[in-house]
Amino acid sequence: MPLLDVRNLSVDFKTSNGQFRAVDRVDVQVDVGDVLAIVGESGSGKSVSMLAVMGLLPWTASITADSMRFDGLDLATAEPRQRRAIIGKDVAMIFQEPMSSLNPCFTVGFQLREALKAHLPLSRRERQRRAVELLEQVGLPEPERRLNAFPHQLSGGMCQRVMIAMAIACKPKLLIADEPTTALDVTIQAQILELLLELQKNTGMALVLITHDMGVVAETARRVSVQYAGQKVEEQEVQALFANPHHPYTSALLAALPERATTRRLPSIPGVVPGQFDRPAGCLFSPRCAFADDRCRQVNPAMAAAELGHARCHYPLIQGIPQREVS
Amino acid sequence: MATDKTPGPSLSGGAAGPHGGQSAVDTDVGSQQVTESSAGSREKPPVNAQVRPGRFREFWSYFVENRGAVVGLVVFVTFVLIALFADILAPHSPTEQYRSALLQPPAWQDGGTRQFLLGTDAVGRDLLSRLIHGARYSFFIGVIVVVIAASSGVMIGLIAGFARGWVDTLIMRLMDILLAFPSLLLALVMVAILGPSLINAMIAIAIVLQPHYVRLTRAAVLQELPRDYVTSARVVGAGPLRLMFVTVLPNCLAPIIVQAALSFSTAILDAAALGFLGLGAQPPTPEWGTMLADSREFVLRAWWVVTFPGIAILVNVLAINLMGDGLRDALDPKLKRS
Amino acid sequence: MLSFMLRRLGTFIPTFIGVSIVSFLFIRLLPGDPILLMAGERGMSDERYAQLMTQFGFDKPLLTQYWDYITGILRGDLGISFKTKRPVWDEFFALFPATLELSLCAIVFAVLLGIPSGIIAAVNRGKWPDQMLMSTALVGYSMPIFWWALLLIILFSGLLGWTPVSGRISLMYFFPTESGFMLIDSLRSGQSGAFASAVQHLILPTIVLGTIPLAVIARQTRSAMLEVLSEDYVRTARAKGLSPLRVNGLHALRNALIPVITVIGLSVGTLMAGAILTETIFSWPGIGKWMVEGIGSRDYTAVQGGLLMIAVIVMVVNLVVDVLYGLINPKIRR
Repeated sequence: MPLLDVRNLSVDFKTSNGQFRAVDRVDVQVDVGDVLAIVGESGSGKSVSMLAVMGLLPWTASITADSMRFDGLDLATAEPRQRRAIIGKDVAMIFQEPMSSLNPCFTVGFQLREALKAHLPLSRRERQRRAVELLEQVGLPEPERRLNAFPHQLSGGMCQRVMIAMAIACKPKLLIADEPTTALDVTIQAQILELLLELQKNTGMALVLITHDMGVVAETARRVSVQYAGQKVEEQEVQALFANPHHPYTSALLAALPERATTRRLPSIPGVVPGQFDRPAGCLFSPRCAFADDRCRQVNPAMAAAELGHARCHYPLIQGIPQREVS
Repeated sequence: MATDKTPGPSLSGGAAGPHGGQSAVDTDVGSQQVTESSAGSREKPPVNAQVRPGRFREFWSYFVENRGAVVGLVVFVTFVLIALFADILAPHSPTEQYRSALLQPPAWQDGGTRQFLLGTDAVGRDLLSRLIHGARYSFFIGVIVVVIAASSGVMIGLIAGFARGWVDTLIMRLMDILLAFPSLLLALVMVAILGPSLINAMIAIAIVLQPHYVRLTRAAVLQELPRDYVTSARVVGAGPLRLMFVTVLPNCLAPIIVQAALSFSTAILDAAALGFLGLGAQPPTPEWGTMLADSREFVLRAWWVVTFPGIAILVNVLAINLMGDGLRDALDPKLKRS
Repeated sequence: MLSFMLRRLGTFIPTFIGVSIVSFLFIRLLPGDPILLMAGERGMSDERYAQLMTQFGFDKPLLTQYWDYITGILRGDLGISFKTKRPVWDEFFALFPATLELSLCAIVFAVLLGIPSGIIAAVNRGKWPDQMLMSTALVGYSMPIFWWALLLIILFSGLLGWTPVSGRISLMYFFPTESGFMLIDSLRSGQSGAFASAVQHLILPTIVLGTIPLAVIARQTRSAMLEVLSEDYVRTARAKGLSPLRVNGLHALRNALIPVITVIGLSVGTLMAGAILTETIFSWPGIGKWMVEGIGSRDYTAVQGGLLMIAVIVMVVNLVVDVLYGLINPKIRR
C-alpha cells in the first residue's frame, strides 16, 4: 500500500464569477522512500493538490476526492484533531517563500521548538538540544546564535534551511517541498536541493518535490508527474520520461530545456495556461498543441495506458510521433 | 480605513491607466497564482467559456453582492427622496406650534392622535414633519461638506504629490497640525471664532475633514507617479495639468470615493453634535442634532422627542456607512475575495 | 531604532510649534476685541480696559506676544482664566484626572470587548457570528453618541433606575480628592458604599465614550486578522499541526495586534472629541465639559489653554504609540 494515496482529487475555488476548478481529477501515489516530482507551469494546480492533502487551503476552496489516505488514515474524513496529529509530524511541508513563511514576530528558536513541542514528549532542555541539532543538520553555522534570531535577520537561503529544519523536526515519513528553491538565488538553489536529497537519503523519508523546473526534476526525482491546467497529463519514471515523453505538453517542456535545444533559438510553448474564462472545450492543451486536430478541440481525452505514461491525450507520442491510429 | 492605495478599476471611462484593457483578477491560492488571461489573442474563441464582465459591471456585481451595501443604498436613496419632497410629504409645517398639543405622545400611545403620528415636541410642533424637513438639512450638510473638503483636499494633495520638496513638506506639516486636534474640538473652536450657525459649522467640519483627503491623494499620487503609464504620458509631452487631472487623478479615485462616503456620514454626525451643543444650526431649524438639544430636558418625561431624531441620525449615518463599506470592497481589489 | 525615534521627534517639534501658533491665534482671530468679548455686556471703565490689555499683553506687538506665550507654556503658564481668575494651567490639571479616568475606563472597555469580537469575527469569516458582530460594530460606529447617552439614560436611569444620571459620585459621600481619580479616592476614603457609587456613576459614561472606539477596534482587529490569516507564516503554523487556538490566538494575533495598537493609540483623539459630548451630557466635571462651558461663557483664555493642552496630549500619545509600534514590530526594532 502506498504511503500517500490520493484518488480522483478535485479542488474548486469560489470566486466572484463562479467556481474555478484548480485541480481536476488528479491521482497521486507516493511510496515509502519515494521521490516524486510534480511538474507544471504556474496555474497548473500542482501546489493546490498538495495543500489539499495538508488541509491548508483557504476557506474558498472545496475539495472532493474518492480517497485521500496517508499511512492508513483517510485525511478527507478524519477528525481535525486526528489530522493535526499527523500534519507536521508524519507529513511536513516547506514552501516557496521562505522569508514570509516564518513568523516575523517570533524567533527562529521559538518556532522550531514549537514544532517539536506540538508532537513530541520532550522536556524544555531536550527541545533546545534537538533544535540546535536540527540547525546543524540543515547546515546552519552557529546554531545557538541563530536560534535567537528573528527571521528578518536571516537571508532567504537561511530561512529555507530553518523551514527544512522545522519540517524534519519530528522525522516525517513524507516531506512535501513546494517550489523550495524558486525564490532563492541560483547558487543557493543547488545547495538547498542537495540538502533535501541528502536528508531524504539519510532518513529514508519520501519526498514530493513541486517544481516548474525540468532541470531540477532530472537531478532529483525518481518519478515525475506532469500537470497541466489542473489535470495530470502524464506520469512516468524519470529516465523514461526524459527519453520518451508521451504527452505533447511534456515533450514541449523538455524541448524548452536549454540543454536539449537543437536550434539556435530556444523553443517555447506559445500561449498561456487557460484560466477561468477561456477553458477550451476539448483537450485543455489543444490551443497550444502542435499536433492538435478538430477531435482534440472538441473531445476531452481520456487517460492512456500505463505504458503510455497515463498520458491524457488522444494521440500519445512515441518517440515524438503522435499515434493517430492507436485510439 | 482605506489604507490600501492600490487603485481599483477606475470609474471614469476614458482613463488611460494601467487598468485599461485587461485587468486580470488574480486568485491567489497559496504560493501559486491561478492567473486568468484575456482570450483576445487566440484565433479560436473558447467555446462555452464564461465572459469576463466589463469594468463598471464588475464593480456593480461586487457592490450588489454585498447585501448591506444594497440596503444602505436603498435607505440612502429614500432619505434623498424624502429630503427632495419634504414639502409634499410633511403633514404639517415644521415650525408651526400647536399650542393645544404640547408634548403629545405618538399616535399609538395613550393620549396620541392620528393628527401627529410621532407626537409633538415641547412647543407643540409636529415631530414627523420636523424629522422629514430635517432630512433636507442632513443631506445638505453632507453634500456641501464633502464637496468642499474633497475638492480642496484633492487639489492640495495633488499639489503636494506633484511638487515634492519643500512645498510638499510644508503642506504635510500643516495637515499634521490640523490632525493633532480632535476633530470635534477643532470644529467647536472654529465655530466659536466664526459664530454659531449651520453654515459656519459646515465650514468648520469641512476644514477638519479635508486633511484626510490631502493625505490620501498625496499617497495615491506618489504611488502612481513612478508607473510606466505616467512616464509614457510624460514622454508623449503631456503638460503638468494634464498629467495631474487626466493621467493620474482617475487612477487615484477609488480611495477618494470611499473616503467621500465615509466623510459624508462623519459630516452629518459632527454637524448634529455641534447642533446638540448649541453651536450648529440654531432653533427653530428642524436639524436633528438641534432637535435633540431642545429635547434634552424631557429625556425622562417624553421619550419620543428624544428617540426619533436620534434614530433618524443613526439610520441615515448607518446607511451611508454600509454603502461606504460596499464601495470600498467593490473598489479595492486587494480586499476582494481571496 | 534610535534614528527612528529621532526622526519621529523631528516631526513632533514643528507640529508642536504649529499647534501653539494655532492656539495662540485663536484669541487673536476672534471677531472683535477679545477683552470686550470676554467681558460681555457688562461694559467696563477705560482704566479697567487698559489694565486688562496690559495684563493679557494685547498691547504688545504680535511677535512679542507669541514669544511671551510660548515661553509661558514651557514654564507651565497658560494665562489666567477670565471667569475664575485662576491660572488656566491649574484649572486644567484639576479637571484632567476626571477626563483621564473616564477615558481609561472607556478604552479598557473598548479593548476588552473589541479585540475578542474582531478575532471571533475573522475566524468565522462570513458565518453568522461574523455577520452579527460586524453589523453591531457598524451600528456602534455610526452612533451619534450624544443620542446614545440619552437613550441609555432613558433605559437604565429612567425605566430601570439602576444608574445615576450625572456626576462622578453620589452627594452622600464627601472626602478630599487626593489622586483626582474617583475610583482610587473613594477606596482610600474608607467610606462604605463610596466605591460602589463611583463605579455606578462611571458605567454609563464609560459605555457611551467607549462605543465608537469599541466599534473601530473590533473592525480593525477583524480586518488585520483577515489579512494576517492569509499570510504564509500562518500557513506554516497550520502545517505544523498546531491547534486553531494557537494558530489564531498566537501566530496570527501577535501580528494582527501591531496595526490594532496603532488604532487604539489613534482613538485618543476620538476619545477627547467624545469626552466633550459625554461629559456635557453626564455633567462629568472634566476637560470636555469645561471646554464647552468655556466657549459658552466666552472664557477664551481657558478655551485657548484647553485647546493647546488637548492637542499636546494627543500628540504625545501618538508619539508614544509610534515608539511602541517600533517596539512590538521586530522588523523596526533592530
